Amino acid sequence: MKILSRLYISLILFFLYAPVAVMIIFSFNSARSVWRFAGFSLDWYTGLFSDTAMLTALQHTLIIAVLSAIISTVLGTAAAVGIMALRKKITKSIVMTTTNIPMMNADIVTGISLMLLFIFFGKIIGARESLGFVTVLIAHITFNLPYVILSVIPKLKQTDSHLPEAALDLGCTPLQAFFKVVLPSISTGIATGFIMAFTLSLDDFVISYFTCGHYQTLPIVIFNMTKKSVTPDAYALSTIIFVVVFVLLIFYNMLQNKGESKNNKKFKEV
Amino acid sequence: MKNKTSFGSRIIAAPYIVWSAIFIIVPLLIMIYFALTDQNGVFTIANIAQIGKYKKAFGISILYAAIATVITLLLAYPMAYFMTKIKISSQRMILLIVMLPMWMNFLIRTYSWITILANTGLINTFLGKLGIAPLRLINTPGAVILGMVYDFIPYMILPIYSVMSKLDKSLLEAAEDLGSNSFSKFRRVILPLTRSGIISGITMVFVPSVSTFYISQKLGGNKTMLIGDAIEYLYNLGPSYYNVASALSLILMLMILICLAIMNKFSGDDEDGGVIL
Amino acid sequence: MKKSLAVITVITIIITLFLSGCGYEYVELNLEGTYHKNLAGTDLYVYNWGEYISDGADESIDVNKEFEKLTGIKVHYSNFESNETMYSQIKSGGVSYDIIIPSDYMIQRLIKEDMLKKIDTSSLVNYHYIADEYKGLYFDEKDEYSVPYNVGMVGIIYNPTLTGDDIDHSWNVLWDKQYKDMVLNFNNPRDAFMTAQMKLGLDLNSEKKSDWDKAAKLLIEGKKNLQSYVMDEVYGKMETGEAAISPYYAGDYLTMVENNPDLEFFYPEEGTNIFVDSICIPSSAQNYEAALMYIDFLLEPQIACANAEYIGYASPHTDVINNEEYYYYQNEILYPDEKDIPKVQYYHNIKDEIRSYYETLWIDIKLF
Repeated sequence: MKILSRLYISLILFFLYAPVAVMIIFSFNSARSVWRFAGFSLDWYTGLFSDTAMLTALQHTLIIAVLSAIISTVLGTAAAVGIMALRKKITKSIVMTTTNIPMMNADIVTGISLMLLFIFFGKIIGARESLGFVTVLIAHITFNLPYVILSVIPKLKQTDSHLPEAALDLGCTPLQAFFKVVLPSISTGIATGFIMAFTLSLDDFVISYFTCGHYQTLPIVIFNMTKKSVTPDAYALSTIIFVVVFVLLIFYNMLQNKGESKNNKKFKEV
Repeated sequence: MKNKTSFGSRIIAAPYIVWSAIFIIVPLLIMIYFALTDQNGVFTIANIAQIGKYKKAFGISILYAAIATVITLLLAYPMAYFMTKIKISSQRMILLIVMLPMWMNFLIRTYSWITILANTGLINTFLGKLGIAPLRLINTPGAVILGMVYDFIPYMILPIYSVMSKLDKSLLEAAEDLGSNSFSKFRRVILPLTRSGIISGITMVFVPSVSTFYISQKLGGNKTMLIGDAIEYLYNLGPSYYNVASALSLILMLMILICLAIMNKFSGDDEDGGVIL
Repeated sequence: MKKSLAVITVITIIITLFLSGCGYEYVELNLEGTYHKNLAGTDLYVYNWGEYISDGADESIDVNKEFEKLTGIKVHYSNFESNETMYSQIKSGGVSYDIIIPSDYMIQRLIKEDMLKKIDTSSLVNYHYIADEYKGLYFDEKDEYSVPYNVGMVGIIYNPTLTGDDIDHSWNVLWDKQYKDMVLNFNNPRDAFMTAQMKLGLDLNSEKKSDWDKAAKLLIEGKKNLQSYVMDEVYGKMETGEAAISPYYAGDYLTMVENNPDLEFFYPEEGTNIFVDSICIPSSAQNYEAALMYIDFLLEPQIACANAEYIGYASPHTDVINNEEYYYYQNEILYPDEKDIPKVQYYHNIKDEIRSYYETLWIDIKLF
């Protein structure tokens, strides 16, 4: 059974990583092709640093990912706390249904409907252009929010509702009660929400495609490499991103394991 | 005192509620308006009536997405199950490894499949070395479905794993004690308990598959149009096509809602559905 | 937990900052002083085809960076993938650009829909470099709205190791059963229809629906032979021998043949399409003065030559054409001798009714 399960997991991981391996290999290609491997070279890595179009796009992607993740985490956490406090069942269910819409809806529908809104609004205020940095940021926050909210709500449900009350009785202001009592108990949910939001924003192509205007993110630039060809420098860039994220994740995992063993120790001592 | 905090708590949801009204509800209303009017803003059902022309696009989109979803489920379910059988710390590591590809550009990952599947690609070169005639892999419906499975399988593994890892082991032991064999243990205990994970997994794979427009273009050789391709094509022809594109988007949305509703009906109570991780 | 989040955020910000400052080595252009810096600090939005400007890769000149250094104007550069996408973006009011580079028939349409600003060519110091044959073309007879950037013709690329040397120099090859599954075609309606119209001897700009129906029927028939509809994928597919025959733009053949010397090229005897991509200023442009400077800069001999070499299409710039150092100097595919020039037709803007007719016919072809 153990061998079987290891084998199966390895097979699935192989499936997940086969294209990634291809990508990494071809990023070292000496020819300007992602189809035929001609020989080893680092040209695409050195060349990458002078490819302004690609780097600007990466910068746009990162800015949008960080900002949208931060804003949606703050807004979404507040929303989750507020939603849990709603007393009318009907209001709660309306809000939750609305929250589910961007998750359940196809990206292409969300993208087109937001694009129509922005253009409609742009026409009303007579803007020269209605799409750009702000609209792509709004779009990303909008599709990130449900993931944050749905990561935080389960943690709120687990939190003992008497705790904040106790804090209030002990003389905390509501704000203090929130930051000192509620927030620590839902922090893992908030962190999950933040990471989800960041990941989704980084990976998003469809919604940005319809809403970004000339603030083009990395996926858009890669998609537009069509009249000419996709070059290995896009592969080189993805390889770098892969390595950076991989290292971060290992680091993160180690940190978490360490934290856990420390906690266990404490627990034993008690 | 309690009322005061509760009011304070409720009020902090206000920015979000305003936000979701403006950026979720209003855009959908505008889309419906576009779908039901012509270029001059006059009411018409002509756009919706055009659906007949696109029924093949809808048909194959649903078919491919359904096949891809089933395959994904069949691959992901055992994966999630086996993952719960290993050491906790390794579980977390594997979870991260499963998520990691999502941090890279999915266009590039999809593009890499061409290099693997092409007639002159890695698989066929390998087969050629073994003296086997090349298989036709790329530009086939199979390649498109493979692309869907590949791109969205993490969205199936994660929710199923998340539910499965919380399964109460004592229930399984109880089932064994009561003489269940492994199949009936699976069918009567594990499957019902992991249903909410399966449901959210299916949703998160089916919806992007049915509406994709990149995978079909790159791996399917552009020889047919899925509904996503049709919408994207029309959108790119200019604002005079926004009405038709909106109508198709609206129909796509309703179709997805119907599919999800049918599924939810089978799944019964599902309060936490859609929550992943 | 919080620490690791902070780490992620900080690292991302550092990467971002690092990327924005990194290295391209400027070349000696000797243009200091010829461009004024009065507009320094303003923004210029440029909308161009993907990979359609020399960008500093492979030790080429980074045109936008050089322009920024020379004038202090910040260039915001973005890409589109087809004339129609570009049109759609600008028409919707979603974006506004100062410079766009559409093709002939699209320029005609943009002029007709009042979407372009006039360009006073007499104010352009370098306009005299444009070859006379590309002045006064049908889409802009008085040269009021556009300045030619690139010129090209469509031909057929083939791989003799797969097809044999003996190949019919005609559009028929795309429908020839012996090349089943080895043939590619354009994944955009206008060019794909062109291949069928040429084979049938139809007018590329026909205003008869029945003509478009005939071409559509032929394209549907051709799908049996077709491996796939392609745009950029043509590179990989032709270079590796995945596909054997494909119509594409002549300049791209030159790029492909460097990666696969087996490839050959011909202009079909029935004739083919010729196109001119020209620089225009949309009417929604916000920085007209800077746009004029940018156009002038693109016409600087060194810059025009860098672009022509990077893109590989034919140049309408006389100093480039006559420059013996130019990589494609007198290249017989880009600049064929008089006797070898194929019969060519331009695309024209077709009246709305017919255009939307063939645009939807394309869906029928795909869905058939």
